[in-house]
Amino acid sequence: MLDFLSQERALIAAFIIFALFISLGFSIYVGVKQSALRAKDEVFGDPERTKGGWYWALCGISALLLIWFYFSWGIGRAYFPDAGNEMCQSAKIDEAISPITAALPMKSRYYKSTTLVVRNVEQLADIEARLPVDAFSTAEQRRLLTVIDQTRTIISAFSNPENQNPESFASLERIAVDLDRVTAQINAGYQGMQPSAKALSQPKWGVAEEEIPLLPMTAKGVLFDLAAGEIKEISKAFLKLRNKSDEADQLIIKTKADIAGLKEAIRQSTGDDRIDKLRAAYVKSVERIYKRVDDGTIFPADALNTVNASVTQLYQAVESAKGSLSFVETVFFPGQGVVKSKTICSEQGPGRWLPKPTDVVATFGKLANPDVESGGGYKGTTLLWWKWLPVADVVAFLIPDGLVDILPGDYARHQPDGSFVPNYKDKLLAVAQGDIWLGSIPMLDGHIWDSLFRVIVAMGFGILLGVPLGIYMGVSRFFRSFFDPLIELYRPVPPLAWAPLILTIFGIRDDGKIFLLFMVAFAIMVISARTGASGTQLSKIRASHSLGATDRQILRYVILPNAMPEILTGIRIAIGVCWGTLVAAEMLAGTTGVGFIENVARTVSDYELIWVTILIMGVLGLIFDLVMRWVISKTIPWRGKG
Amino acid sequence: MSDLICDNLCMTFTNPQTGGAVEALKDVSFTLKEGELLSVLGPSGCGKTTLLNMVAGFINPTGGSVALGDRTIEGPGVERGMVFQQGALFEWLPVTKNVDFGLRMKKMDEDEAEALVLKWLDIVGLQGFGDTPTYQLSGGMQQRVALARCLVNDPDVILMDEPLGALDALTREKMQSLILELWKETGKTIMIITHSVEEALLLGERLFVMAPRPGRIHKEYKLPFAELGLSESLREIKKLPDFNTVREEILTMIWDMEEEIMGGA
Repeated sequence: MLDFLSQERALIAAFIIFALFISLGFSIYVGVKQSALRAKDEVFGDPERTKGGWYWALCGISALLLIWFYFSWGIGRAYFPDAGNEMCQSAKIDEAISPITAALPMKSRYYKSTTLVVRNVEQLADIEARLPVDAFSTAEQRRLLTVIDQTRTIISAFSNPENQNPESFASLERIAVDLDRVTAQINAGYQGMQPSAKALSQPKWGVAEEEIPLLPMTAKGVLFDLAAGEIKEISKAFLKLRNKSDEADQLIIKTKADIAGLKEAIRQSTGDDRIDKLRAAYVKSVERIYKRVDDGTIFPADALNTVNASVTQLYQAVESAKGSLSFVETVFFPGQGVVKSKTICSEQGPGRWLPKPTDVVATFGKLANPDVESGGGYKGTTLLWWKWLPVADVVAFLIPDGLVDILPGDYARHQPDGSFVPNYKDKLLAVAQGDIWLGSIPMLDGHIWDSLFRVIVAMGFGILLGVPLGIYMGVSRFFRSFFDPLIELYRPVPPLAWAPLILTIFGIRDDGKIFLLFMVAFAIMVISARTGASGTQLSKIRASHSLGATDRQILRYVILPNAMPEILTGIRIAIGVCWGTLVAAEMLAGTTGVGFIENVARTVSDYELIWVTILIMGVLGLIFDLVMRWVISKTIPWRGKG
Repeated sequence: MSDLICDNLCMTFTNPQTGGAVEALKDVSFTLKEGELLSVLGPSGCGKTTLLNMVAGFINPTGGSVALGDRTIEGPGVERGMVFQQGALFEWLPVTKNVDFGLRMKKMDEDEAEALVLKWLDIVGLQGFGDTPTYQLSGGMQQRVALARCLVNDPDVILMDEPLGALDALTREKMQSLILELWKETGKTIMIITHSVEEALLLGERLFVMAPRPGRIHKEYKLPFAELGLSESLREIKKLPDFNTVREEILTMIWDMEEEIMGGA
């Protein structure tokens, strides 16, 4: 049955999507009609108005599942492989032009030159202030300051359009003209263009695990591919481009000589090792800033205007050439569309980490299969099943070995003839260690059960120890004052902050996690039981005294039942917190449990499995809470009515 | 004979922060004979609840003593049953379990206890309500449960702290008749604290009007109306000229006390 789910998932999904659309439309129809019907006789703000809106719940769930399907479907991969290929070609243009756009405000807010000027001027001011006066002689200091000052002048020389060399100006113009030529080419359209035979023989996107093919398979794609090739060459030329300025050139030559002189000076040792290092480091950092400035990557602010305009026009041309492709890109490629990186084109966005709802169900089916041999379960453990548990194991768990040690007498020794006759103590030890056969009982098993077991045992201990202590703290000055500081000191620490310590002490097996959860449950139970006990009405206590009850009877028959609402609420809260802590603790260490599955799934990027575990945890948490709500409504119906 | 004897009762409350002392009661002495019906009236702060709590044994006097018969009272006990304003019922238990609480605490035989409970439920007019959770009962019925719970223990004295204060006028009148009936049938000593003058007149064979600062008995009355109420309708009694005269007198008295407090404050 579960195999069927997996094999027919496309059909099932189609059916479900169809049903979801119908239920969405139907619920909106009913909802609107109901609202109109009730609008007249309802008063705004009346809490009764929030009741009975099942159709809006249906509407919300349908909408959520449809959105999930939409973002997880990979519609592009399934139905628009050609569009994917075309988007890959236009992504090539993006990749090719990126060195140019990186220098322009359209991709990085500021011109690259602006950023360089601001940063270098800041650093020059900083290094000037940090000049170590005790390491350099006055003459050297003057030379250093001259170098810093000249570097500053180089920056302003490059920034001034009047100093710009005509040759450098012309080369920028050439870039703009080249870009305009490509723009014209794109605007001319793709009539008569033919994809190559090699391109057409590529396997299509969406077949098996195939990624988007790189070579253009349509006429439009060929156009984009050609344009991308030309732009790549233009970008190369752009990267080689340097600002030329006669004034800056003279300063550069002079500064270079100054720095060479300074380097010569610091080569001679002053005799003090520390000072030597200081001198070398300072000159080096001055030179570093100078070198960043001297290569001519700073242009006057307006110099790149023409290039900027050309790039903008190019983008417009690409956009209009895309035509209907833009629509497909927006609607059917949710997320970041197609991105080209070095050697591959791939679709980016939620399709990568958001599996389809039907795939999640299929993965769950595989996980829930109790037959571990045929690939069910996870890492050799079922999700939730049963097994035969030897009774002796339970006994061994309940009786500590040390209990046998403190019994009178010694353990038996071996006899002179080499035989060993166990005495009563040896036999009891065998029981305490579970080395006997007492038959077996059916017991739940699997990852979910392991998680549940930890929570249940920890809650059990927490309630058994926490409630009595809490009740006593509610009625006794000694208990309250003695235990209050202890509990209030450890309780505010987030449970996960204890986890590394506790897992170190106890090891990675169940007992460490159970103890961690016990700490959580215990504090909550103590505090809720205490609140409940100390909230008993004085008149009820006095009435029971007058009815002849002893102190012990009052505790058992009046204070405890009176604290029940708080205790049950405490249990509800504690289960929730334990559940959250457990999953995190299982992620830290362990070999079973729902958190363990998620942790392993994370390391291998198995997103379907991650979503399955998330859903399992959500549903189990919800079940816990529903059960507790039911228990509360059944056991304390007087709540709020006393 | 188990008369209730209060001898020079004093109660001083000390404020732990300011160290100031308030005399809630000063030199209160009286003897309540077995079977007498006493109502205590007074403006708020005159110490009437303090007096009742001392008789019940919930607080110890700072001076003087309370004795029931020849035994000095040192703490709460079964022989002095309490009925509180809000019933103080155990809402997690049904009516029967509330009523037999005292019997269960002294581990009485179950059949015997059941018979007693049924008898008292019948007397207070709650037959058939045994399994009802108390939080589903009306205020008047809750007070009936509280009365039954107290009487099933067979106390010598019944102490009531504004037992009908939270009830509506009609229910109140019915409950007043019930209390008179119970008084007559059981012959118990009953002490009722109230702030309603009419109720104090109707439910008081004897009536103490208390005055504040320090709390003391201001005036004592011996009244015929409780006796009359056993045979006549309470509404008729309220129309008697005598009833109205005493009522006016006490109202004026309390009015003056309140004025004095307000003026002094």
